[in-house]
Amino acid sequence: MKVSTILAKKGNKLITIAPEQPVKEAVALLSQHNIGAIVVLDEMDALIGILSERDVVRQLTHRDDLLNQPVKELMTAKVITCVPQDDLMSVAHVMTERRFRHMPVVEQGKLLGIISIGDVLKAQRDYYHGQIDTLETQILATE
Amino acid sequence: MSQVGSDTNPLRVAIVGAGPAGFYTAERLFKENNLHITIDMYDRLPTPFGLVRNGVAPDHQKIKSVTKVFDRLAAKPNFRFFGNVELGSDVTVADLRQHYHQIVYTTGAQTDRYLDIPGMDLKNSHPATEFVAWYNGHPDFRNYEFDLSQESVAVIGVGNVAVDVARILCRTREELLETDIADYALEALSNSNVKEVYMIGRRGPAQAAFTPPEAKELGELVGADTIVLPEEARLDPLSQASLADADRGTMRNIEIIQELSEREPAGKPKRLILRFLVSPTELIGNEAGEVVAMRMAKNELYQTDSGTLRSRTTDQVEEIPVGLVFRSIGYMGVPLPGVPFHERWGVILNEKGRVLNPESNEPVLGEYTAGWIKRGPSGVIGTNKPDAAETAECMLEDVAAGKCLTPAHPELDAITQLVQQKKPTYVSYEDWLRLDELETAAGTEQGRPRVKFTEVDKMLAALGKTAVH
Repeated sequence: MKVSTILAKKGNKLITIAPEQPVKEAVALLSQHNIGAIVVLDEMDALIGILSERDVVRQLTHRDDLLNQPVKELMTAKVITCVPQDDLMSVAHVMTERRFRHMPVVEQGKLLGIISIGDVLKAQRDYYHGQIDTLETQILATE
Repeated sequence: MSQVGSDTNPLRVAIVGAGPAGFYTAERLFKENNLHITIDMYDRLPTPFGLVRNGVAPDHQKIKSVTKVFDRLAAKPNFRFFGNVELGSDVTVADLRQHYHQIVYTTGAQTDRYLDIPGMDLKNSHPATEFVAWYNGHPDFRNYEFDLSQESVAVIGVGNVAVDVARILCRTREELLETDIADYALEALSNSNVKEVYMIGRRGPAQAAFTPPEAKELGELVGADTIVLPEEARLDPLSQASLADADRGTMRNIEIIQELSEREPAGKPKRLILRFLVSPTELIGNEAGEVVAMRMAKNELYQTDSGTLRSRTTDQVEEIPVGLVFRSIGYMGVPLPGVPFHERWGVILNEKGRVLNPESNEPVLGEYTAGWIKRGPSGVIGTNKPDAAETAECMLEDVAAGKCLTPAHPELDAITQLVQQKKPTYVSYEDWLRLDELETAAGTEQGRPRVKFTEVDKMLAALGKTAVH
């Protein structure tokens, strides 16, 4: 199973934000679209970071003026990305081991979308359900 | 008008495409107890079941037994089948929108992904899916020709389709006689000159996409020795390290492949050679434009940040003489007339099965998709069940919220009249059951599961319908 299987049924809407925008706008977008992380793109549309709800929560008690800070102050700049052909199982392994929950999907420098650990788990669950169903059908048919 | 889904105003659903995704969508919708619903399923072929009939290999009859589940759904009084009716040429999306509250596209992935290397368009180089459709008796492909006088064949890919094609090429006449392979394919394959079949995988044994039973089957062919080069069966350090969290299937695949690499050939008439860690770089042709050889580069694996082992070519190259090439690097969907398409993924533009308008990215009222044309080709037949359920649940949610079409003619008879007028030779489920009976009866005579009709005209003639050209 590939990363593309998940992206194929997520439409092609990209929710992104610029590094200079304030954190409160990022939070508004997260809430409005019911998502857990937002990709940060520079003016050339190059991916330069990711801002997750965790990044915001962690800083909440440290900074009084957090919501007015620019996104680039809080974002994670070293982003691990994947390509559409990547194996879903390996991606799931890396997300679990390294404890992050969102991974942008990029091809030739261009952002195509983002997958979450929830997407990956759902895809894995459906994959196993499908296999079980197919095996059950075959067993019942030979009875 | 009373609420949609009540007994006086039942929910009218059209499902376009009678493969597993279509039937599983119907199954999920029928499970909704408090909803009155009638489903019409369309297919461009007179026969239902999509790739179960035309894709699943003829020597895998057990997998085809899922059709019994579909038969039970089709027997429901609120289900109708309109076979031999094509979207676009016979009925249009606009027609459907006037007769149904909801439309679901489950047309699957009907074509092959192209492998862009020099020589791919030479004579005797084909998409593997065309060969599959041909030996399965798909009416659109029965007249295709494959040059089985060649001795050496390359199958590019190690997925399900590649494994099927390689295995079918190696089967003996006696083995094929027990299947429902198309009659003409049985003759052509029985008289084939093929001696060597290469299966070409980009990555190593630990990344192979086939399942252990499929791998095992390749090692148990009556008429062919299966050969794996010992150096390609050995795992590279990265693959070795990845085994720490590999599933049982992967471990078993590796065991089977390594066992094959230790075998002495038994001198069977054919040889099936599984190659790993090589990428075709060019097909070489003769003056007549026919394939005579394939150039390949040896690959090495490297690990990306995202954890995947990817392959890259080295400067080590080799050439193998082959006269026939099948490429099988994945199926791909084709656009439907009047339905938004996502070119990059080869699917209908959608979110969880709701078709999206490409400009606004908002759902198109009343239109949905499920199966391979929704998510791309992945998984086994059963994978379409949770996928179709996701779509069906979006449909039910939308009906409950009052978000569905308001058709001008929701009555059952209205659409029957339209189909009758546009395609008088449409095929009902009762008609199909009659064809099924004729096919299995002809099979019983020959000791085979069935003998397939492979021409639409002959199907219609057997049903006493006259083809209108």
